Amino acid sequence: MSTVAPPIAMLAELTHRCPLSCPYCSNPVELARQNSELDTATWSDVFRQAADLGVLQLHLSGGEPASRRDLVDLVRAAREAGLYTNLITSGIGLTEKRLRELDAVGLDHVQLSLQGTDATMADEIGGYRGGFARKMQVAEWIKEIGFPLTLNAVLHRRNLHQLPRALEMAEEMGARRIEVATVQFHGWALKNRDALMPTREQAKKATQIVAEARARLKGRLVIDYVPADYHEDFPKRCMGGWGTTGLNVVPDGTVLPCHAAQTIPHLRFDRVQDRSLAEIWQTNMAFDAYRGTEWMADPCRSCDRKTVDFGGCRCQAMAIVGDAGATDPVCVKSPHHGALQTQADQHAAQADAHLTYRKMPAKIAAEPVEM
Amino acid sequence: MKDRDIPVLPRGVRVHFDRVREKWVLLAPERAVTLDDVGHAILNEVDGTRSFGEITRMLAAKYDAPADQIAKDSAGFLGALRDRRFLDVTP
Ligand code: SF4
Ligand code: SF4
Repeated sequence: MSTVAPPIAMLAELTHRCPLSCPYCSNPVELARQNSELDTATWSDVFRQAADLGVLQLHLSGGEPASRRDLVDLVRAAREAGLYTNLITSGIGLTEKRLRELDAVGLDHVQLSLQGTDATMADEIGGYRGGFARKMQVAEWIKEIGFPLTLNAVLHRRNLHQLPRALEMAEEMGARRIEVATVQFHGWALKNRDALMPTREQAKKATQIVAEARARLKGRLVIDYVPADYHEDFPKRCMGGWGTTGLNVVPDGTVLPCHAAQTIPHLRFDRVQDRSLAEIWQTNMAFDAYRGTEWMADPCRSCDRKTVDFGGCRCQAMAIVGDAGATDPVCVKSPHHGALQTQADQHAAQADAHLTYRKMPAKIAAEPVEM
Repeated sequence: MKDRDIPVLPRGVRVHFDRVREKWVLLAPERAVTLDDVGHAILNEVDGTRSFGEITRMLAAKYDAPADQIAKDSAGFLGALRDRRFLDVTP
C-alpha cells in the first residue's frame, strides 16, 4: 500500500454554485445541487486527512467558493491543518469584510479569474451584468489587504485580442503572477468549441506576445501560459501524471484523479464519506487506471516523452477518440492528429456561433435523498 | 545580488517542514519547492533585516567555507527565487 507516493496538491470543489455562467466552465455538465454538498465538518476533516497524507497545497475552488457561507470557517480549518491555502474565485460574493476575515484566518493566496478586460466583454462571457465592475472593486480590496495575487485570464477566440491589456491589468493590480490560459475543451467548453476555438493565427500570436512579455517583465510578473492545444503538436502534460501529484474532491465528496475524470465511463470512484482519503488515493481503481506508464499502448509506450507528458490528456482521448487509453489526439504521433487539426480549423471558422452558457439543473421539488 | 541588498520572503511564500516526506520545502503560490540543506541554510538567515553580505559572511563562518564560493552559490539560489517572485529584494 505504501508504494504510491503521496499527492502534493488537492483541489476542493466546495460547490458547483456560481453567480456567473461562463460557457467554458470546467465543472461537469451535470452540476451538483446545493443539498448534496459536504458540510463544514466533513470538509474540515478532509483537509486534515489531506495534510496527513502529504498534501501541501490546497486550492479552494468551485463553482464559486464564495457561494459557500462557511468559506471563512473552511479556510481556517485548512490553515489549522497546515495546508497552503489558495482561493480560486471570480470575486463575486466577496465583500471587503469577508476578505478581511479571510485575511485574519490566514488565507495564503488569491487567484482571481478574468473573463475579459472590459465590462462589455467580461459581462457577456460571464453572463452576469455588473460582474466586471464588482471584480475590479474586489481586486482593489485584495491589493489593499496585501494578499498575494494571481490573475487568471481565460482566453479564447472572442477575447484573445485582449491579452496585452490583461498583462497590463495584472501589473496594475499588483499581481505577482498571471496565468494566461487558453480554454481547454472539457466540461461546458466542449459544447462551445464553435464559439470559442481560437484560430491558428490567434494561437500563434498569443505565444509570441507571451514570449515577449516574459522577457520584458522578468522578475516583475511571472507568466504561466497554457497554449491552445488543438493547434499544438505535442499534448499538455497531464497534471503531473495521473494519480501522481494531485487529487480533486467534488462537492458531493467524490474523489477524482482529475476534474474531468467522470467523463470516462469505466472508472469507479469513491467518496470521502465511505473511505479514508489515504485509502482512496492508494487503492481506488480510478487512480490506479492511468497511474504511471504501464497502461500505455504504442505510440506512447515506446516514446521517449512518456514521462514528460504521460501520453497527454486521458479525458481528451476519451472525448475525441472514444478511448481513454489512447494517445492524446493532439500529439503528432496519434493517428487522429490530422483530423483534430482540421476539426480545430472548422470550429474556429464558425464566426457567428452562439455561446451556450453553463446552467444548473432545474430544481425538482421532492428529490429523493440518496445516502 | 549586491552585498547591501536585503532579501526577504514576501507574504505568501514560506519555509515549511513537510512532515510526511521529512523534508524542508518552500511553499509559494501554486508551487512547492524542495529545499536541499544549502537552500534551507540560506533561507534560515533571510529575515528581512540582514543584508546579502551579512548572510553570506555568517554562512561562511558557520560552515567554515570560502566566503566568495558561498556568495556565488547564494546569489544563484536567491536570484532564481527572485525571478520567480518568491523573493523580494530591497536595495
Ligand atoms: S506519443 Fe504519447 S508520450 Fe509520446 S509525445 Fe505523443 S502523447 Fe506524449
Ligand atoms: S486527464 Fe486531462 S483533464 Fe485530466 S488531469 Fe490529465 S490532462 Fe487534465
